Amino acid sequence: MIRYIRWCAYFCALLLLALLVNIARVQVWESAAYGANPANKRAAIERYAEPRGDILVDGRPVTGSRDSGQLLRYERTYTHGPLYAPVTGFSSQTYGTSFVERAEDAVLSGTDPGLSAFPLWYDLARGRPAGGNAATTVRAAVQRAAYAGLGGKRGAVAALEPATGKILALVSSPSYDPSVLSGTGTQAKGAWTALNEDPARPMLNRALRETYPPGSTFKIVTAAAALDAGVVTDVDAPTRTPDPYPLPGTSTLLPNAATGCEDASMAEAVQWSCNTVMAKIGVQVGLRGMVDAARRFGFNTEGLRVPSWVSRSNFDTDMSLDQLALSSIGQFNTTATPLQMAMVAAAVANGGELASPYLVERTTQDDGSPVRRGDRRSLGRAMNPATALRMQELMVKVVENGTGKNAAIPGAVVGGKTGTAQHGVGNAGTPYAWFISWARTEGAALPAVAVAVVVEDASANRGDISGNGAAAPIARAVMEAALRAKPSA
Amino acid sequence: MTALTAKVAEPSPPPPPQAGAPKRRGVELALLAGAVLISVLGHLHVGLATTGRIPDPADRYAIGLAAAALLAHLAVRLRAPYADPLVLPIAVLLNGLGLVLIQRLDATTPGHPTADGQLLWSALGVVLFVLVVALLRDHRVLQRYAYLSVATALALMLVPVFFPAVNGAHIWIRFAGLSFQPGEFAKILLAVFFAAYLAANRTALALTGRRLFWKLRLLPGRVLGPILAIWLLSVGLLVLERDLGTSMLFFGLFVIMLFTATGRIGWIAIGLLLAALGAYAVGTFEPHVNSRVDDWLNPFASIERGEGPGQLAQSLFAFGAGGLLGSGLGHGQSFLIGFAAKSDFILATAGEELGLVGLTAILLLYGLLVARGFRAGLALRDPFGRLLATGLASIVALQVFVIAGGVTGLIPLTGMAMPFLAQGGSSVVTNWIIVALLVRLSDCARRPRPAQEAAE
Repeated sequence: MIRYIRWCAYFCALLLLALLVNIARVQVWESAAYGANPANKRAAIERYAEPRGDILVDGRPVTGSRDSGQLLRYERTYTHGPLYAPVTGFSSQTYGTSFVERAEDAVLSGTDPGLSAFPLWYDLARGRPAGGNAATTVRAAVQRAAYAGLGGKRGAVAALEPATGKILALVSSPSYDPSVLSGTGTQAKGAWTALNEDPARPMLNRALRETYPPGSTFKIVTAAAALDAGVVTDVDAPTRTPDPYPLPGTSTLLPNAATGCEDASMAEAVQWSCNTVMAKIGVQVGLRGMVDAARRFGFNTEGLRVPSWVSRSNFDTDMSLDQLALSSIGQFNTTATPLQMAMVAAAVANGGELASPYLVERTTQDDGSPVRRGDRRSLGRAMNPATALRMQELMVKVVENGTGKNAAIPGAVVGGKTGTAQHGVGNAGTPYAWFISWARTEGAALPAVAVAVVVEDASANRGDISGNGAAAPIARAVMEAALRAKPSA
Repeated sequence: MTALTAKVAEPSPPPPPQAGAPKRRGVELALLAGAVLISVLGHLHVGLATTGRIPDPADRYAIGLAAAALLAHLAVRLRAPYADPLVLPIAVLLNGLGLVLIQRLDATTPGHPTADGQLLWSALGVVLFVLVVALLRDHRVLQRYAYLSVATALALMLVPVFFPAVNGAHIWIRFAGLSFQPGEFAKILLAVFFAAYLAANRTALALTGRRLFWKLRLLPGRVLGPILAIWLLSVGLLVLERDLGTSMLFFGLFVIMLFTATGRIGWIAIGLLLAALGAYAVGTFEPHVNSRVDDWLNPFASIERGEGPGQLAQSLFAFGAGGLLGSGLGHGQSFLIGFAAKSDFILATAGEELGLVGLTAILLLYGLLVARGFRAGLALRDPFGRLLATGLASIVALQVFVIAGGVTGLIPLTGMAMPFLAQGGSSVVTNWIIVALLVRLSDCARRPRPAQEAAE
């Protein structure tokens, strides 16, 4: 019997060995696959176990964290949700993150290796550092002015500091409160459905992600291209343009909304927004010259990130001359994001140098010590410095004695350009009112701000006057706020 | 009956080469101190990790565990001085760890505290341990109660059939707010019966009967009857009570003890064949069992169906999350497993929070306990004692294999309690009695023989 007891013992040893091999398989071999299974809630539980770091505007948090007591514990709150939604985006247990919440997620959620001097320590201690903060370049006063200016009308505002590319304001209207998407409950699900089904599309970030035909504001690009290419050497010389202008190769006549455009100079054409003159100049510059100029300003560029991605602004690269003529006045297939048009204004104001726009000034640890600084870089030269000076003069005239008088600010040098973009089949849609501008305090060396404003439901009053009427006052309020705010460090 | 009692009176077989082992009670005391220390540190760690402060009944837990260990040690020292010094410390350590794990899981289910109840049951288990060690001076006495044992075991197993099912299985008796599983107690009684029956009939089983072919012999009905009865009983139980685990345990226990008694591989083959037939029939026709097998074959099927992870998937996630070193006591998420986390799935918490390293240590503790049981069986001189020790060790081994293999996806999952670790009063009490019997058997195995004692 002794022998058989030994056999039983060996059998039990075999069972034990099978168990040990199997747990080694499960805990080492399969561990990563199990951890990556989307049904495994552990990663999400850990992610939301600590309060999320904050997004700062003017050094003050515009976000917060609320202990929900649920499995995914800390939920996001927003102090001025609709105001900053295009900047912060949302952070939702159910729907993930967007915009700065997404771009800086590693820092905010505490997983960024830069948050700890000794990342290995947290591995050993089985913890992780507290979530860091993301300080934005947005100035609260500028943002509020833009938001209030739009007043709930559909539209968007983008404001930049021309020399650095700092985004001072990013507003999309109508907006929404990202707080409603926090958490996992039916409330969040209902809010998500409602927001997505809302015909006003409140979750669309119009400043970064919607492209509009830029209309007459694009004439700045055309004028700069003409000066750079030497097509126009004297801005005050008559251009011998008929009114209306027959589009090359067609019998279509391009009319003007403004009067006195016949044979006008380029300076007058910009000042009064003459379609005929600028279309003709665009044709004279030629397709290649216009495409190159548009590209230098940032059109046709994929993958611009601020750090959230920005939709591509378009200037067609293969067109007939009549299409080129229409494109040169911001029609046909030419489309631009509000941020792109703010970049156009900023390039003019900054002496032709185009700074890359950016939204996150720096990221810091919980205690304020820096993790990373925002990337201040140049996108290159959009035009010659001499051309930029000419263009500044032309844009100043628009505000002083042209179509953009509503943007004038006492004590400041303001340059601007109005635009009314027609869209829809046969221009059936309501026109978009545009205004792009820049401003500097009299005597100051550097311009403080460049702005692009677009209002979708502009009044039916067609013509450049609607850019002046609907969009310019908003731009003025934004510029005033930027000029008043002390310059950022 | 006469055959059984006659066996007791038989003279002992010739003495083994070594006549007795050192007592090693000091070693046992030191190991017990270590076991209590590890458990108390685990208790404190869970409190600090889950609430950030020392757990409230820390002194009660520490003193209670130390007192229980000391009491059990005194009983062994006085009444079983030659007992194996490893058995009791392993039991205390496993029970202490079980209490830590249950306390840890209590922290995530504040509405259902179970640690205090488990502590009471453990105390009762230790009391029964002391009583068995103190009152049962010679294990051979049990041989006399073989038929009483099997009658009681059958009665205990049948009673839950008349009680309402809990979570799909008729294995509980709920009475006056208490619930216990009579099947747990029945397994000791069955081991006693098998040991006694086989010790008495092993010659007949091994040698008599009409020869069928090769070495296989058909047994006379008188001897075969009880065996078939047991097999039918195990399958019948499974169907009636939907308790796959217990019937597998009984059947495996029976086959192992039959093999030990007779040494006939043919019996194993027949046993496995019968088991396979029974398992196949039940696995096919019983939906409760059928779904378990489906879960085992594809634990993530419910995820693919969009119903979220099932218990087995959650258990595998927990083991996987533990990895090599574990998340640390109190830092895991094994509560995601759901309602059976403290009972059937307690090992997943150990796997997640102590890691592969900790889990291996726990399984090796069981292995050591089982090995010590077999060792007592090897050293004992009477067939009943040998078979009983083998049977008790096999019960522990089979239970560990069935439940650990189930929750880690090695074999289909069957509801069963991890000895000492899992929450469940009847299980803890039963395992303490098994340990008491092993202590008694090892004491007898290592005790110097009377002739030698006289000579000293």
